[in-house]
Amino acid sequence: MQKAGSKPTELKISRRTALAGLSAGAMAVAMPRLGRAADDTVRIGFPTPLTGPFAAEARDQVKCAELAVKLVNDKGGIGGRKVELLVRDDKLNAGEAATRTLELIEKDKVHAVVGALSSAVQLAVNEVTRARGVIYVSISQSDTINEAKDFSKYTFHEALNPHMTTAAVAQHTFKKGMKVAHLVADYAYGHEMLRGFKRAQAAIGADSVGEILHPFGAADYSTFMPRLMSMRPDVLCISNFGRDQANAIKQAVDFGVKQQMKIVVPVLLHNQRLAVGADVFEGVVGGANYYWGLETQSKSAADFNGAFRAANGGAIPTDYGAYGYSGVASLLQAMQAAGGTDTDKVVDALEKLQYDLTKGPQHYRKCDHQSVQSVLVLESKKKSAMANDNDLFAILANDAGSEDMLRSCSELGHAT
Amino acid sequence: MDLSLIIMQLLSGIALGAVLVITALGLTIVFGMLGVVNFAHGAMFMIGAYAGLYLASLTGSFWWGLLLAPILIGAFGMLIEFVLIRRLYGRSIDDPLLLTFGLSYVLVEGVRILFGSDGIPFPTPSQLIGVVDLGVGFFPRYRIFVIVMVAAVLVLLWLMLEKTRIGLIVRAGARDPVIMQVLGVDIGRVWLAIFGLGVALAALGGVLAGPMRSVNPEMGSLVLAEAFVVTVIGGLGSIPGAVVAGLLVGISISMVALVAPEMATIVMFALMAAVLLIRPQGLFNVRGRVA
Repeated sequence: MQKAGSKPTELKISRRTALAGLSAGAMAVAMPRLGRAADDTVRIGFPTPLTGPFAAEARDQVKCAELAVKLVNDKGGIGGRKVELLVRDDKLNAGEAATRTLELIEKDKVHAVVGALSSAVQLAVNEVTRARGVIYVSISQSDTINEAKDFSKYTFHEALNPHMTTAAVAQHTFKKGMKVAHLVADYAYGHEMLRGFKRAQAAIGADSVGEILHPFGAADYSTFMPRLMSMRPDVLCISNFGRDQANAIKQAVDFGVKQQMKIVVPVLLHNQRLAVGADVFEGVVGGANYYWGLETQSKSAADFNGAFRAANGGAIPTDYGAYGYSGVASLLQAMQAAGGTDTDKVVDALEKLQYDLTKGPQHYRKCDHQSVQSVLVLESKKKSAMANDNDLFAILANDAGSEDMLRSCSELGHAT
Repeated sequence: MDLSLIIMQLLSGIALGAVLVITALGLTIVFGMLGVVNFAHGAMFMIGAYAGLYLASLTGSFWWGLLLAPILIGAFGMLIEFVLIRRLYGRSIDDPLLLTFGLSYVLVEGVRILFGSDGIPFPTPSQLIGVVDLGVGFFPRYRIFVIVMVAAVLVLLWLMLEKTRIGLIVRAGARDPVIMQVLGVDIGRVWLAIFGLGVALAALGGVLAGPMRSVNPEMGSLVLAEAFVVTVIGGLGSIPGAVVAGLLVGISISMVALVAPEMATIVMFALMAAVLLIRPQGLFNVRGRVA
């Protein structure tokens, strides 16, 4: 600052002086951030794809994460320290997510990171957080993140994983001797779901009659339909996410797929059901971590819905929203137990934590930090059976959480 | 592989191509006549879908939406031409390109504010729900309607351009606007109408695509890329080029989906690269135009 300003009369400003001036200016802009890092708020970084095909789910995550923060702040914060949520748009891009996460850690000095909404993006976030020794609670489906290769003691996975989701869905939809066809998004999420379904198929005795990989983010699925129908399966598993799910199911239904076979998805998405309507989704079966209708059988769900309704003008929380809530809230509970933000103490507290935030008891398994939790199997209701606009799904099953649902620690490559 | 599957696949490709044709057509007409690369074309497609949906729910009939949305959005396009783009004629090609690029952001954000960023359902009109048994397999009734509809629009457009006085002026204006002005034709009004037509075609594409896809603020971005690929393959500014290339791309995607589904998106770009290498001006370039 001094140098740039020291020769005010000189007309010609050299490139070097200009650069010095610019960097000094940049420092001044960055100053409030440096100043903020020194205060005693608890900062949680929250990268999520606010723009792109998963934007609807991402915004629900943010709303619920904000709710979790608000509830803790209303009760005085973590040992008197206010909690602050720093939301960043990762644009559903691994590189963008890594950059934003690095910024959150280096510039904003966050104490932990929660978030991401794609199996590939969360691995990029995890790369950064584990290299910097920062706690990361992932709230998006992935099997890989549990495996020893990607694991670190700072990595926690609050979301369901494809293995447990597909196993639960398959158990309630596949039967011995059934023929199963797969339409799969050609990226990590699709591949992991396909692997899960095939493993479940083998255990149940159902047969694969074919699989088609489709490009991620495709708008048109019509070109896959004739071949899928010619495979004559009993069940069509559509393993994709966000708008891909809505478009794929809609176009499958246009081709009359539902008259010939049952449509099954690994994760039945609340927002996508809203985006294409009841008639299209009618009878589609899929898994879920959460559905608001659970409130009739779970007090935790009723409490969570109540808090969300109060904060959001009577709206109900969605599946991926619930991850945002439980991911942040479980972390804050652990911070409370650890009496602060000391990373090692919080990791220790998370490993010991028994929490029940949205749907019943959960805990992080010691070896891979996967959250052991219940899996719901839902069926989309037909329009005439809906009691109100939010009454989207019937709960076919609510499989209680158990470590038996997960792949064993040794299979994942962890020392046991 | 049996024949019926190949026929079904071909038909899927034609239906897919039909939507590509209608969107690429608007883009190529505006470029061919005005020399404007309209980067807001995808956004016009998207607001067309929203307008169609809104008008359909207002009137209770899909058909009113299909008829009125292109007129309404076309009029909006004319307003854009009149207020913004008109000022940039005669400047470098980048100026209207940047303007429309910015405009597309404004439109997408505007729709997010008005209708939210979630997808909204666009129900298929009740007369066109279900499948038709073609003997070789079942095909959605709505997609057959789309093929017929696009064919009808093409015939109308051809009649207008080739058989009417307005068409004559438009074609002559594309060749040499200066001579047209000397002859006493108000070329500004012709360009206004052409821009409106281009935008109306994008909106029509949006309404037609609505019942096949979920309607959301980002639905136009992919369409814009596809429309560009089709116009480049067909030859920038060429109407027959857009039609042939649209169908070619649709059928190629469909046929590749049969043997290597994960390559289905890439084939379009591979085709474009091949055309650019072998015939850089596109399959049907308009002769005598300086690009």
